[in-house]
Amino acid sequence: MGDHTMRAYDAELERLAQTITRMGGLAESQLDQAIGALVGRDSDLAARVVAGDRQIDDLEHEVQNLTVRLLALRQPMAIDLRAIVAALRISSDLERIGDYAANVAKRALVLNRIPVVEPVGAIPRMGRVVAEIIREVLDAYVESDADKALAAWRRDEEVDEMHTSLFRELITYMMEDPRNITACTHLMFIAKNIERIGDHATNVAETIHFLVRGTPIEGDRPKADGIAPPPEAEEEIP
Amino acid sequence: MNVASKPALGQATLDDRRLAKVSARDVDVFYGAKQALKSVSIDIRPNEVTALIGPSGCGKSTFLRCLNRMNDLIESCRVVGSIWLDGEDIYTSGLDPVQLRARVGMVFQKPNPFPKTIYDNVAYGPRIHGLSRSRAELDEIVMTSLEKAGLIDEVKDRLQEQGTGLSGGQQQRLCIARAIAVSPEVILMDEPCSALDPIATAKVEELIDELRQRYTIVIVTHSMQQAARVSQRTGFFHLGELVECGETEQIFTNPRHKLTQGYITGRFG
Amino acid sequence: MIDERTARRLARRHAAERRFKLYGMASVAVALAFLVALLVTIVGKGYTAFAQTEIAVEVSFDAGAVKEGDFAGLVKSALAARFPEVTARNEKRELFGLISSGADRVLRDMVRDDPGLIGQRRVVTLLASDDVDMVVKGHVTAESGRLNARQAEWLASLRQAGAVSLGFNTTFFTAGDSREPELAGVGGAVVGSLLAMVVTLCLAFPLGVATAVYLEEFAPKNRWTELIEVNINNLAAVPSIVFGLLGLALFLNFLNMPRSAPLVGGLVLTLMSLPVIIIASRAALKAVPPSIREAARGLGASRLQVVTHHVLPLAMPGILTGTIIATAHAIGETAPLLMIGMVAFIVDIPAGFLDPATVLPVQVYLWADSPERAFVERTSAAIMILLAFLAVMNLLAIVLRKKFERRW
Repeated sequence: MGDHTMRAYDAELERLAQTITRMGGLAESQLDQAIGALVGRDSDLAARVVAGDRQIDDLEHEVQNLTVRLLALRQPMAIDLRAIVAALRISSDLERIGDYAANVAKRALVLNRIPVVEPVGAIPRMGRVVAEIIREVLDAYVESDADKALAAWRRDEEVDEMHTSLFRELITYMMEDPRNITACTHLMFIAKNIERIGDHATNVAETIHFLVRGTPIEGDRPKADGIAPPPEAEEEIP
Repeated sequence: MNVASKPALGQATLDDRRLAKVSARDVDVFYGAKQALKSVSIDIRPNEVTALIGPSGCGKSTFLRCLNRMNDLIESCRVVGSIWLDGEDIYTSGLDPVQLRARVGMVFQKPNPFPKTIYDNVAYGPRIHGLSRSRAELDEIVMTSLEKAGLIDEVKDRLQEQGTGLSGGQQQRLCIARAIAVSPEVILMDEPCSALDPIATAKVEELIDELRQRYTIVIVTHSMQQAARVSQRTGFFHLGELVECGETEQIFTNPRHKLTQGYITGRFG
Repeated sequence: MIDERTARRLARRHAAERRFKLYGMASVAVALAFLVALLVTIVGKGYTAFAQTEIAVEVSFDAGAVKEGDFAGLVKSALAARFPEVTARNEKRELFGLISSGADRVLRDMVRDDPGLIGQRRVVTLLASDDVDMVVKGHVTAESGRLNARQAEWLASLRQAGAVSLGFNTTFFTAGDSREPELAGVGGAVVGSLLAMVVTLCLAFPLGVATAVYLEEFAPKNRWTELIEVNINNLAAVPSIVFGLLGLALFLNFLNMPRSAPLVGGLVLTLMSLPVIIIASRAALKAVPPSIREAARGLGASRLQVVTHHVLPLAMPGILTGTIIATAHAIGETAPLLMIGMVAFIVDIPAGFLDPATVLPVQVYLWADSPERAFVERTSAAIMILLAFLAVMNLLAIVLRKKFERRW
């Protein structure tokens, strides 16, 4: 991009992209740290993640202000228009990712006070895959690479499968020993949150594809779970 | 960048050119030795507003003026290729240019009412083409034309005042009324709002949108926002070539050609 | 805030501007001074020509003399009766010299209008001779003028008796040229000028406008039209005497048209004013905005319709102005008319385009050449009439332009 006759326009678009990248990096590390707090039973880290969500919210506001300003003053067209609309959408997805990560951290705080349950091991695996997807999507954004975004989008299937199997595993645990129910319920919600983060990451991938190619991704997103609601429906974070 | 050999991106032409209201194929225009248009092929669809955009000197106005043979007035100008109006070649079929201009009206960049009364301005075309047999009939034509041009409420009590005494926007709508009065099939507009303020521009644009019901409109504009607001299809000209043509929405959200992209986003070399 | 150098430069710039304004005002003042000097001289010299000295004498309309048509005899006997002491033959001739040789015509006209006068006595004011006129108006003293001592004495006695008066000089406006200044008038020249002007207007206007319209609106722009254009521009700069020579060769020698005729004069002036009219008309046509032409063409008007419906009406004020100014210029032209014989001494007022005639500027030229003192004031008076003529035409041009001027 770049090379606008108006150089200030370039600078503003650049700043928008940088803010998105920073937001993405922050969301990714929030997820990493939330998982880390859960696995390492580190309540301090979990508290820091919960507090860190503020930063992402602030960045989302900044993106909103920037886009409104650009739309009003520059009358963007074509690729610029798509870049600005995409930034708005990506920022709201990233903000949701941040919220889910914070929710994972909150639950980690609770889980740290009760005994460990077995399936905790599956959570970090799932979290790692989702964090990877986020990283790939962010790379695709920085490089404006639609193919990379498409590849990341396909990986969501993996996450859904992992979520489904983890769900079954947790139900089994709860049926075996009702004392596990509290911990397992929390884990179930954590898994659900991570799965939702994956969905938002795929949304971002779709947006990047639209940004680069100007068209939505053809075909439906591969769905492997039979239980998750469609990703379009936003749900309250429990 | 040379795109001369390739046809324009997007759906510039229809499979059957007889479906188009105006159809141009391989139109070259020369001013003396200088080539102003290179192999332009485009189909203008009926009852649509087609916007032609592009940087200054790209040939969009030249092309517009080919459609009613206004270029004939320039001696050094030579037109090659074929332009059809309803399947009839306007350059070779023996259609009289004077008759052609009654069917293809034109509105110019600067509002140019005749220094006559408002009534006479609108009545001029019908008079020279003998469209009315009586004074009452002529009155009728003038009033309906003014009404279609959305000017009737502003001027109905002052038809005998000078047309040049109106405001810029009113003058331009008077010019549109004047063009409508000869019942053309196609109206060509050459940057009709470039001399108008935003409110007058909005009124003219609203009018263009209404006129689309009855007429086929081709508009040349420097304002991409205007093209985006009023047109259904947009063609992008660059250095005498039609680079890209397509649905306005597609051109402005997702242009196919790098040049179009550069032009509409303000990254022009 | 402003450093010293900037301030100095600024002051210099303002001073230069003030100086330039002063120069401009000075040149305007000089030009005005010349104009005023010219007008003052001409009016100062010429205004007296509009009055004419008259001498009242008692005439007895003797039936015998009237029958014989010897009205000059009536004048003479009236004078002899007024000054009975004059008996000697040459003295008598001197006495009769006080009255204009054309005075008898007044008596003849009186008798013709009222035959009842025959046999009666009446006090009649008779036109004085130019020599008396000059003395009475004070242009010459009785001693320095052409009156001898005796004539001066008689004049003094007449003046004492209150018989000498100044009356409005109608002769000057109605009469043609004459060797006697008191009988000479510009009537013939004015009519000659008008006739020539009618010919010029009737020919030059349509020809000029048609040429201009063709060249501007129809002719292709190529070598030939360019050549024509250059030639027209050159023709406008050709000295007028050359047009006179052309007229002499073409109209008089080749076409055998009558000499001194207003028709030929008008033709020559047409040749002279055509280029000017063409250039002015083309400028007026060019000044019509192309947007008007485009608008009309865009509505499907043909070329001719564009011209006749829009361009020509809009250009008309400019064309008319150019035409009137060119014609006014032609009216003031002398040189070409000398060549075709309009310089002749013509007493009769022309009644048609083929009668011999002269024109105002030529009349001025002729009178300026005459030795009599009385022609000096007549020359100036004729110039005043010519100037009034031109002023009226220029005024007409301005009125037309203002009236038809249109803004777009």
